[in-house]
Amino acid sequence: MKCMIKVENVVTRFGSRTIHDGVSLQINENEIYGILGESGSGKSVLMKEMIMLMEPCAGEVTVLGKPLKGISFKDAQALRSDWGVLFQFGALYSSLTIAENIEVQLKEFTNISKMMRDKLVQSKLALVGLEPYVGALYPSELSGGMVKRAALARALAMEPKLLFLDEPTSGLDPIGARNFDALIVELRDLLGITVVMITHDLDSIFSIVDRLAVLADKKVVAEGSLENVLQSQHPFVEEFFKNEYSKTHFQDKAVMNKGKDV
Amino acid sequence: MKQQFLEYEADQHHLKLISRGEWTLNFILLIEKELRKIPCDKKIVWDVSGVSEFDSAGILLFIEYFERFKKETSLEVMGYSDKQKEMYRLLRTSTQEIEVPRKRSTLERLGRNTFETYTDIKEFITFIGHLFYAIFHTFTNPKNIRFKEMVYHIHQSGFNAIIIIGLTSFLVGMVISYQGSVQLAKFGADIFIVDTVAISITRELGPMITAIVIAGRSGSAYTAEIGAMKITEEIAAMRTMGFDPYAFLVLPRVFALMIALPLLIFFADIVGIAGGMFAANMQLGISPALFIDRVYEVLEVKHYLLGMMKGPVFAFLIASIGCFRGFQVSHNTESIGLHTTQSVVNSIFLVIAFDAVFSVIFTELGL
Repeated sequence: MKCMIKVENVVTRFGSRTIHDGVSLQINENEIYGILGESGSGKSVLMKEMIMLMEPCAGEVTVLGKPLKGISFKDAQALRSDWGVLFQFGALYSSLTIAENIEVQLKEFTNISKMMRDKLVQSKLALVGLEPYVGALYPSELSGGMVKRAALARALAMEPKLLFLDEPTSGLDPIGARNFDALIVELRDLLGITVVMITHDLDSIFSIVDRLAVLADKKVVAEGSLENVLQSQHPFVEEFFKNEYSKTHFQDKAVMNKGKDV
Repeated sequence: MKQQFLEYEADQHHLKLISRGEWTLNFILLIEKELRKIPCDKKIVWDVSGVSEFDSAGILLFIEYFERFKKETSLEVMGYSDKQKEMYRLLRTSTQEIEVPRKRSTLERLGRNTFETYTDIKEFITFIGHLFYAIFHTFTNPKNIRFKEMVYHIHQSGFNAIIIIGLTSFLVGMVISYQGSVQLAKFGADIFIVDTVAISITRELGPMITAIVIAGRSGSAYTAEIGAMKITEEIAAMRTMGFDPYAFLVLPRVFALMIALPLLIFFADIVGIAGGMFAANMQLGISPALFIDRVYEVLEVKHYLLGMMKGPVFAFLIASIGCFRGFQVSHNTESIGLHTTQSVVNSIFLVIAFDAVFSVIFTELGL
């Protein structure tokens, strides 16, 4: 199994506040990898360190075989076209239409003709389940769910190998969230991409995530398949997975999951 | 009906307190008044079983007096339910964590502000470094220059500002002319009003007025635009896609303003002198023909050129500070307002400071 992202002993501090104290994890090819943790545990920060928006104080992050520390400008640009990022609130460029948003990287970094680009944009819109007319709208004219889908379409524009999702189902209604989950699985199977997602959504964790890491106490306290993680005795894992709500709602799924793994 | 919240039974060693009724938010004040009267000279036994209803406010009050009684005398609590105990535990930990914010002394505030300014300056120097790197990078790869955005910003900050710039400089020219003519008329040196207006407008006032208006108009706009993009994570999105925000957002604005500002100054010079001519005609009866004739005689090209030279410098200051403050916006809307204000204040101040520096340099050079 090919390793896509490797995080080794990452330490992050903001002033005197330590966020990560020796975080290590590994993300393999073609899996949906969940990052879980209570708020303030540094999930988003960890993701930002993977996508070169922040640099850890110590430790090493390796993405697609390239260590990010001291990476050259050229390598960094190459990496950036190999991944797509879906921000929590979409972060669509508000001055561009949806079609232009999806098109922008193609336009800047490739020599594809305008006609071809338009076709690609339409295909991406169809892929994420948006009607063609949406392309002409501005981000402010879309609903929350549509913004997420449009942002996903944009993240997929450069045919990435890696997809980073920051709380993809937050702010969606339950049905929309499940559809979005299904879409992510479909895209993974269809395009063979590796998905890294930050999520709190128990449904997503139980149904689509292959492996996950739980961040707590500034460290990864549990990593692996859901079954492995559930065996952890850490208080946060206990609280998150073994409360009454998860027990009543996900018992069957947890059992099902176990069955699948065996 | 007046509720009874507390009853006492006292013997010689003990004081038995019995809580009754609703210990809820609505009655807190009344209960507290009664609690305050409790003497702390004997051992207290507090029976809370009589409380019919309680909420977190009631429990908090209980905690406060529980701590106080415990400090002054020995205390025993009885008759509490599991629910009350649970709530007590919950609130107890939350009250312990409260840390009263310390009042900052003047010296500390001075120190903090100084440090903040120092970090600001350091960050600005880093920003300028990035900016020059980006400029160097685009000049070595000219195809990276974003002409479309540049033209857009020239239109927005240059062309659209013509009316306000014209109006302002016309008025300034008129005011100079009016005030000057009163003084000059005393000496009978009426015609020198032309020298005053023409030289002061082209050398100093034209560039400065234009720069100040543009700082208020475009500098603030740049900060707000980039700040809003920062909040919606658009800048982070750009970075992850490999678009350098300096090349995409900062350079087009800086270049656009560096082109637009000298053009606006040229326009402001003309309109300002026209304003002076208008006032001179009204106040001193100097005809436009005579005025223009005199301008030809006294206005050397160097005055005009010295004024124009300041244009790109002011433009660079305004645009770079506008963008820099925009990037400093943090994740809340309030900071957009704060940084926009700072951006305008900083750029106007720097424009005036640089103008003073130019004045000294030009005078020293004998220009």
